[in-house]
Amino acid sequence: MTGPQAPAAGRETYRKPRAPGRGVPLALLVPALLGLAFLLVPLLALLLRAPWRDLPGQLTSPAVWEALRLSLFCATTATALSMVVGVPLAWLLARTEFPGRGLVRALVTLPLVLPPVVGGVALLLALGRNGVVGQWLDAWFGVTLPFTTTGVVLAETFVAMPFLVISVEGTLRAADPRYEEAATTLGASRFTAFRRVTLPLIAPGIAAGAVLAWARALGEFGATITFAGNFPGRTQTMPLAVYLALQNDPAAAIALSLVLLAVSIAVLAGLRDRWMRTA
Amino acid sequence: MTRFPRRTRRTRRIAGAGAAAAVLALSACSSSGSESSSSPEASGQDLTGTVTVFAAASLKESFTTLGERFEKEHPGTRVTFNFGGSDSLAAGINNGAPADVFAAASAKTMKLVTDEGHAAGSPGTFVRNRLEIATVPGNPHGIDALEDLTASGLKVVLCDRTVPCGAAARTALEAGGVSLTPASYEQDVKSALTKVQLKEADAAVVYRTDVKAAGDKVEGVEFPEAAEAVNDYPIARLENAPNPSAAKAFVALVKSAEGQKVLGEAGFLEP
Repeated sequence: MTGPQAPAAGRETYRKPRAPGRGVPLALLVPALLGLAFLLVPLLALLLRAPWRDLPGQLTSPAVWEALRLSLFCATTATALSMVVGVPLAWLLARTEFPGRGLVRALVTLPLVLPPVVGGVALLLALGRNGVVGQWLDAWFGVTLPFTTTGVVLAETFVAMPFLVISVEGTLRAADPRYEEAATTLGASRFTAFRRVTLPLIAPGIAAGAVLAWARALGEFGATITFAGNFPGRTQTMPLAVYLALQNDPAAAIALSLVLLAVSIAVLAGLRDRWMRTA
Repeated sequence: MTRFPRRTRRTRRIAGAGAAAAVLALSACSSSGSESSSSPEASGQDLTGTVTVFAAASLKESFTTLGERFEKEHPGTRVTFNFGGSDSLAAGINNGAPADVFAAASAKTMKLVTDEGHAAGSPGTFVRNRLEIATVPGNPHGIDALEDLTASGLKVVLCDRTVPCGAAARTALEAGGVSLTPASYEQDVKSALTKVQLKEADAAVVYRTDVKAAGDKVEGVEFPEAAEAVNDYPIARLENAPNPSAAKAFVALVKSAEGQKVLGEAGFLEP
């Protein structure tokens, strides 16, 4: 490695950014380009092998729109739900001291490493009709969650919320707590300080986390099909439709994937321009 | 995300080391890849090496047993299985997956492979499988026939029509004139069964063999319409088999009296 040189070059770029290509160490440029190619080549392959001729037919099929609408609705609802409970959770982890906080933080990120299918089974065992909590939901309120759209939202929230929590917690840690302290010494309650000072301060972090969570929720497959099953119009989201189409009509599956890709790129690009400029 | 300026120096060095490791790992992958492709081909009577069997998910229990017997009868061989939905297995084979043997849960899925010319010789049916209704233990809803599944409030799961068990269930339901709206179309027979095992669904239409494999966690109910939707299970050696002689021996074991006995115990019907 170019140990002694790298920091020197870095210090220089720190002072004045140069044009890309010049001054970028080769040891970084090569792996960076490799990484980029690795991410883009499969997408390119999808585009190259796409059945462009069948695409209009796929796009006009009501089943596709039904799945797409359901996907967008569930991913958005799951993101909203993640924000409602995830931001306070992130605040708790970043701003308070309590025993076992490190463990709690690790547990919060557990769904990131858990295979989503296992997450789905865990949700069934917890919230299913016969589950630890679910049996009471059924007995007291007559609510059963598996095989419902609510089930899809919950499965997606379970998988996507850690992304939001991690992102918001990181922003909170970087934000200067003295602003909040100043607010409280001036008489604001801790909640008011959170609402009027912290929240505006970390808004870009929340936006970034929400975008990550939304993207993750949109592509969710394993937990959804395990917990909520697969029924067109009710629980069959785009990834499920793609998977099942792949079984006997790969061309249709590729077409469906392209629709999902195009929609997510459009939404993410739109959000980035509009919402995350401050980030 | 957070970024602290005083951390950047260390981060850079780590990134450089990571890149070197990645390059090393990549080159290691490519060299091992070329070695395995030039491995000597198994030939003659002495069976050695690995035989790779792609088999329908419903064959999991019985084929695992047969694989162990095969390894015992032919020391030095190893049988590796890839169990999954027949359609995805067929798609894998057609896209060049290095398999020796393909055992499918329906003639239709085997045809996907033979149509592309990937099967060596014509595939033969080695067992048949029949549908059954799986209910939660004790059959609390008193399900005795296919019509009973349409009772309101009953949660029934079926396989999706793209997988063989779903196609067979559809045929049986049509034969019985029963129109059924399930709670879910599951992606394969095992996940349909799991929903009943976890008592999330009251009943599922699955194979006899799956009911048998689940033991006392589910209860099987036979129904006459199942006769209209019996699945043939074909098996074939593959044209590009890396280990053709062992593939031949494995297919022979499956079709032998010994193989049929193991499959019969799992609930499969003779061809």
